[in-house]
Order: sequence, then structure tokens, then C-alpha cells
Amino acid sequence: MKILVAVKRVVDYNIKVRIKTDGSDVDIEGVKMGINPFDENAIEEALRLKESGLATEVLVVAIGTSANQDVLRHALAMGADRTILLEAAIAIQPLATAKLLKAMVLREQPDLIILGKQAIDDDTGHLGQMLAALLDYPQGAFASALQMEGNECLVTREVDGGTETIALMLPAVVTADLRLNNPRFVKLPNLMMARKKIIETINDSEFSINTEPRLNLLKVSEPPTRKAGIKVGSVEELLSKLRAHEGILL
Amino acid sequence: MTTLILAEILTQHDGQQLSPAVLQAVTAAQFWNSPIHLLIVGNNTAAMAQKAASISCVERVIHTNSDQFSHPIAEDVASLIISISHDYEVILAAHSSFSRNVLPRVAALLDVEMISDVLEIKANNTYVRAVYAGNVLTTIQSIDALQVLTIHASSFNAQSLEGDAEIVSIASPAEFGKTRWLSEVRSQSDRPALSAAKVVVSGGRSLASAENFQQLLSPLADKLGAALGATRAAVDAGFAPNDIQVGQTGIVVAPELYIAVGVSGAVQHIYGMKDSRIVVAINQDPDAPIFQVADYGLVADLFEAIPALTAAL
Ligand SMILES: Cc1cc2nc3c(=O)[nH]c(=O)nc-3n(C[C@H](O)[C@H](O)[C@H](O)COP(=O)(O)OP(=O)(O)OC[C@H]3O[C@@H](n4cnc5c(N)ncnc54)[C@H](O)[C@@H]3O)c2cc1C
Repeated sequence: MKILVAVKRVVDYNIKVRIKTDGSDVDIEGVKMGINPFDENAIEEALRLKESGLATEVLVVAIGTSANQDVLRHALAMGADRTILLEAAIAIQPLATAKLLKAMVLREQPDLIILGKQAIDDDTGHLGQMLAALLDYPQGAFASALQMEGNECLVTREVDGGTETIALMLPAVVTADLRLNNPRFVKLPNLMMARKKIIETINDSEFSINTEPRLNLLKVSEPPTRKAGIKVGSVEELLSKLRAHEGILL
Repeated sequence: MTTLILAEILTQHDGQQLSPAVLQAVTAAQFWNSPIHLLIVGNNTAAMAQKAASISCVERVIHTNSDQFSHPIAEDVASLIISISHDYEVILAAHSSFSRNVLPRVAALLDVEMISDVLEIKANNTYVRAVYAGNVLTTIQSIDALQVLTIHASSFNAQSLEGDAEIVSIASPAEFGKTRWLSEVRSQSDRPALSAAKVVVSGGRSLASAENFQQLLSPLADKLGAALGATRAAVDAGFAPNDIQVGQTGIVVAPELYIAVGVSGAVQHIYGMKDSRIVVAINQDPDAPIFQVADYGLVADLFEAIPALTAAL
């Protein structure tokens, strides 16, 4: 079984992004970047399938500028067999990304595709479902457990109010929730070794897919913030303040 | 031009019902000033269709009655929507794990970019939505001819129940066949659903064990008629079930009263509760970030404050 994992390079989750003074976009010049946390879960799951003898190859793909080499090196250091950078200049939106990944899937013919369930920058969470749609593959979105059984992949999905388990006939697309696993730490020697590995590079023009954005960003702004209220000294004071609030019945 | 709303069926201990968020979705759909159709995908949906027909401003309720949809899978729901999509220029739903599973598949099949968790709808297919865990708002304009979106329910008012829509039942498309539904685990709880609760009591990692989580927070929640919530740290540590995680990667809540107990207030958590009307935080660290979003902060040891609060109610 061959597994393809797609990863995205995003602003580190500990960083609070700033807005450009003209409100045209977020300002991520010089900000610490890293692999999208959910994509690390996706890689980890693929590696575990390989380590348990169920998968033979783990291929990791990133789309974007050459800056993405660092997240691919991270994937190699975790243990990925091979990486491909699909070079694209403009920021590509989920539908176009799905189209490019579809082309990659047709080229590489993986049996299982694992993606993160959402990227922590745009927070959309569309890609896996869109890719499955374009390939006419089964989809297992928001996976918190995954198990292979013959030619099927059993996926436990996190849904509002509980979990649901479905069986997907391969080839299939799965998107990883954070609870799928705990990604391994990357050891320094592995990172050093990953530096020497070759990252295959393909230009997106090879696929002649229209990646023009369908959504135009008109402006960005700060959300209204809650104001800090007051500190109360005791449980009794807390209750009397709350009771004084209209509509709060305690 | 017509607007289609995908309604969600909630399965609870007392049977199936329409998600109340459909009322907010109808309000959002009114923006387009066009007839509104509502789609209910399930089995034995007649009673729910009747109920939906009473939602004001809905012109038609379309429902399925098929075994295939007892436990709907995204692939089948998507192809059902595709089979009727030529009638619509807007397809929307309230944002939930159901709609975010189905609608991206629909959008890709229709070759449109989807817009998720919309906070505000503006003229000319322009929307406001949050990115970076709610830290930034973006205003985006779609150039697609057809709009596929989910709305952030708590940003819209609920529609009233004074309507009288026609009810139409439709046949199901051929089954996808490559996905089988196997089982589900629903959290058994007599408490109100987290996403719809008027009061939410949330606990963090500091509760230190699943026993403490239940023993300290349950009596308080019971007295308040509240739903329980948790931080990701509490869920990951096994103190609370996954489906009550509040935040960027969990559920977004907007109750009248949110009580955060031993919660530090990470941005990812705040994303899930910042629309609450009143926030109370109980934390022993006076500098915990949660106090910056709390109307009332109590600096105290939760192991003392919570029993005292419960006893005082
Ligand atoms: C991609 C990503 C997504 C995430 N999504 C979510 C999400 O959806 N929801 C979420 O909640 N988190 C999420 N997180 C995790 C988030 O960053 C925080 O780690 C988490 O919210 C912290 O949980 P906590 O407040 O329980 O724990 P901590 O941050 O450890 O805080 C514990 C708090 O308890 C207080 N405390 C300790 N003992 C006591 C006591 N006896 N009495 C009173 N107070 C006490 C401490 O002062 C501290 O403030 C996400 C993280 C990532 C990277």
C-alpha cells in the first residue's frame, strides 16, 4: 500500500498574527513558520501504517514556493520515504489545491491519501472532502482512529455529539484530527540527514490547471474583542453580581 | 433564483429532531431575497418535515425517506444535493461537523470554492469570516456563479415559526457504494446539547482526573441545567470525552453564561467561547489569559471554589 500525505506550511500556532497597517492582508513577513499541526498527525499515521507492515511507501507532497522545503525536510526527518514540492507562485485556494493534488494522485497512484483536517491559517477544512469528490473516492473526514481491514480502511470520525465509524474501500481520502495520534518528535540527527535528501520538484504548469483564486480578499480586520471585566473576591460576590444580570437565573 | 438550505438531523436520547441551527440558517438565507427551500436528508423524516414547514420564510421542504439515509454518509448526501442543484444559486447550511463534511464535497463537484463559517453576509457575494483561530476577520468576495457556504449560527437570529411551506418528498440517488456506515457512539447525557445550551461549565487540565472532572463539575452543571465543556488539554488527558471540546478544533458555543474552570485561556479555546454573553473564569493564576475575556474573574483554587459555588446555588 502506498500512502500520499499532503502538507501545508503555516504560521506557527503559538504566534498571534498581525494585520498590515493598510488592512489589505495579514503581515507574516519574517514570522516563524512550520508544518500545519494536523498534517503532522497525517504523516505520523502514515508512518505507523508503514512501520506495522501495512504500507510500503510514504510520499509527502507540499504545494507552494521553495520555502516549503523546510516542511518537507521535517517530513523526511519524521521518516517519510519521498517528498515532492509542487511549485506554485500564488497562494492557492482549496478547490485549486484539490485539483493539483488530484493530478498528483493520478501520477503517483497512492492507495490511501491522508491530509490534515484543516489548516490553522485559513481554518477552512475543505481540502480532503474536495479532493475525494474530484477523484470520486470515499472520504473519512476528521479521523480520530484508523484501522486497515483487507481492502478497507476503517475510520472513526469525530462528529458533534460523539464518534462515528465508517469503512472506506481503497483508494480513499482520510483527514486527520489531532486525536488520531501523537506525532513523534524529530531528532536532530534525523533532521541533519533529511537536509541531504533530495526533494523532487515539479512545476504546477506541468498540469495546466487553472489555479486562479475564486475568492478575492477585500480586507482584513481585527475581530471585536471582549473587554476584561472585573475580579470578584469570593463565590458569594460572584453570585450576587451574576444575579444582578438581566436574564441570568441562578 | 432559489436558495437551498441543508438541514441537519440530530440524534439524541429521545429520538431525532432537526438541529435548531436551521432557524439561523433560514435568517441568513433571507439575505438573497429569493425563495428558500429546505432539504432534510434521512429516514422517517415526515414529522421533521412537518415541523420544518412551519419555519417562517421557507417556501418548500424537501425530504427523503430512505433506509440509505438512516445514517447518511457524505458521499450520498452530496450526490443527492447535486441531483437537485440545477435549481439553486445558493446552497447553505449551519456550520457543524455534518455540513463541513458534506458541503465541501458538493462545492468541488459543482466546481466552486466554498465559504465556511460565515459571520456576516454582505452584498455582491461578499462575506466576513474568521481565520487564524478567530484572531483575524477577512472580508472575501466570491466570483463563482453559485454560492456554497456554511454560516456561523450564533451570528444570526433564529427565524420564527409562522410559516406554512409545501412539503415534497424526493427519491434517493444511487448509492455511492464504496463507503459503509458501521457504528456510532453517541455521548449519553441528559444534559442539554453543548452547542445549544444556555449555560456551559467548562473544565481544563487542572481538574487532574476524569473522576475530579465529573465529581466537581457535574453537580454544578446539574444545578445550572448546564452542558459540560472541556479544553483540549482536558480531553487529551482523558478527563473528558472528545465531543465536548470547546474551541478552534472542537465546538463553538455562545451560551448566556460560560463558566471556565481551571482553563488557561489559550487562543484556540477562546475561539470557541468568546461569543458567550457572560463569561466567568475561576483560576488560581491571576495572570491567566482567560481573565482578559471574562466579565467576572475569581482568583481561587477550583477545588475549593467549585464545591462552594455549587453549595451556594
Ligand atoms: C492546532 C491546535 C488546535 C487546538 N485546538 C484547541 C481547541 O479546540 N480547544 C482547546 O481548548 N484547546 C485547543 N488547543 C490547545 C490549546 O493551545 C491549549 O493547550 C489548551 O486549551 C490548554 O488547556 P487548559 O486550559 O486545560 O490547560 P493549561 O493551559 O495547562 O491551563 C491550566 C490552567 O489551570 C489553572 N489551574 C491549575 N490548577 C488550578 C486550581 N487548583 N484551581 C484553579 N485553577 C488552576 C492554571 O493556572 C492554568 O491557567 C489547540 C492547540 C493546537 C496546537
